[in-house]
Amino acid sequence: MTQLHDLTVAQLAQKLKAREVSAVEAAGHFLGRVKAQADLGAFLATNEDATLAQARAADARIAAGEAAPLLGVPIAHKDIFVTQDFPSTAGSKMLEAYRSPFDATVVSKLAEAGAVSLGKLNCDEFAMGSSNENSAYQVVKNPWDKSRIPGGSSGGSAVAVAARLAPAVTGTDTGGSIRQPASFCGITGIKPTYGRASRYGMIAFASSLDQAGPMARTAEDCALLLSALCGPDLDRDSTSLDVPAEDFTRGLDGSVAGLRIGVPKEFFGPGLSDDVRSALEGALKQYEALGARIVEVSLPRTELAIPVYYIIAPAEASSNLSRFDGVKFGHRARQYGDLLDMYKKTRAEGFGDEVKRRIMIGTYVLSHGYYDAYYLQAQKIRRMIADDFQQAFKQCDLIAGPVAPSVAWKLGEHGNDPLADYLADIFTLPGSLAGLPGMSIPAGFGVGGMPVGLQLIGNYLQEGRLLNAAHKFQQATDHHLRQPEGF
Amino acid sequence: MSLNSQDISRIANLARLELTPQESERMLSQINGFFDIVEKMRAVDTTGVEPLPHPVATVQEVALRLREDVANPAIDREANQQSAPAIERGLFLVPKVIE
Repeated sequence: MTQLHDLTVAQLAQKLKAREVSAVEAAGHFLGRVKAQADLGAFLATNEDATLAQARAADARIAAGEAAPLLGVPIAHKDIFVTQDFPSTAGSKMLEAYRSPFDATVVSKLAEAGAVSLGKLNCDEFAMGSSNENSAYQVVKNPWDKSRIPGGSSGGSAVAVAARLAPAVTGTDTGGSIRQPASFCGITGIKPTYGRASRYGMIAFASSLDQAGPMARTAEDCALLLSALCGPDLDRDSTSLDVPAEDFTRGLDGSVAGLRIGVPKEFFGPGLSDDVRSALEGALKQYEALGARIVEVSLPRTELAIPVYYIIAPAEASSNLSRFDGVKFGHRARQYGDLLDMYKKTRAEGFGDEVKRRIMIGTYVLSHGYYDAYYLQAQKIRRMIADDFQQAFKQCDLIAGPVAPSVAWKLGEHGNDPLADYLADIFTLPGSLAGLPGMSIPAGFGVGGMPVGLQLIGNYLQEGRLLNAAHKFQQATDHHLRQPEGF
Repeated sequence: MSLNSQDISRIANLARLELTPQESERMLSQINGFFDIVEKMRAVDTTGVEPLPHPVATVQEVALRLREDVANPAIDREANQQSAPAIERGLFLVPKVIE
């Protein structure tokens, strides 16, 4: 018999609407699973009373005949979004005791659409990381192989979906943090065009890159959530695009016949592992079988995306994280001398290694005498990278390639070498710098039976086209239906 | 280019971070490793290229949106200060800064 956690969001929403299951039952079922799988480290906080209260409210709305798209569907939020009902830590000791007086826009939009919040999901500290080993609280384990990383920084989010602890979740993507953990955990995730989802209430890492998006098992579910969480938030977010919300589920059944899929030659160079290459070649063949046309394109500045991103993101992080000074909110050191000493000790105690490293890099590249050589140069190359995409989109409708050079690596494998993590971001960074929408869909399996994701990148505001292409692929394949043993 | 331990100490001071000697040493080697990668970027000819500080500029004109300069009654001081480490009568407390 199909259990509640085996249902997709679309299927569960249908059952809730038909009153075959209540929102309280659904919430209770998933809360039970979260508790039973605590060793995965996916959740940082739950609040059963708040969840059940939301579920009861959803049941009342259903009983009143309301038809919101996610009415009663349990979801969970990456702990980078602030929430009133749950702690909001951004995976950092700095915010251990922090309670937000408001909900992030993404959280309130999903609540308006009827979603019931199961709690907060583990992430790399302030969303800085590609392995989810940088959370100040606990390591997250990949359910496909618990000795491996889930990917980061939305690792808790990806694991919650892969292990069926939640039908869908929110994540954020700054340099690939939705797409890479989605790929490593065998689920579907989409980062929309920069500015389509409000950043209000997202604890800021790199403001010109951070973008919220959904993660779920299918493209159809991602379309449902994305429709709810996008939309202008002009009064509260100065980086919000003035583009109306869209119903992304409407275009899912469009044909991909004749769709031109660009494959950047730089994405298939010697750095790509054989197992990932072979899975992706299979996926591209599948698209050809569906009538799409594969065309070779070039993104010549791909390699430069790594230094450019790791200059810009830390520069913005050093500025954003200056607010954590022990005065207004968050941790304050117990022992200190004067005000400067309080700042330094507070920040030394509150931040982890990766955050300190990025603050140091950012402070340096913005400091007097180095700004032009590093930060300004990086912003100019960022323009060139964005232009390269526009050149490529003259020849194709969307771009396909790997999400990461390999499958998920072993916990601790990159040990004390943060550069190894940085280099693994090579295929997700270019799209992030350009602000383009991108997604990862399950495309096969590689070494150790680990999932491999296919990255699809669209032109600005082309989320509908991406989701349609992903949905068609999922109708023809079963990679997204496979699940890790024991879950 | 290569940073030395004095540079690390200067940057840490600017960043308001206290680093232990071990952390400083580790940071020095990791940051120098990072800047080896960055050198590739510095060699690119960007003459005449406009920087792209914000991707919104690729989609629509970027204009700083300012709200009306009026007090917002929705701001709840007590709620906003509930996570402050030290407050007194609605004010944030910090160590003495004036002798």
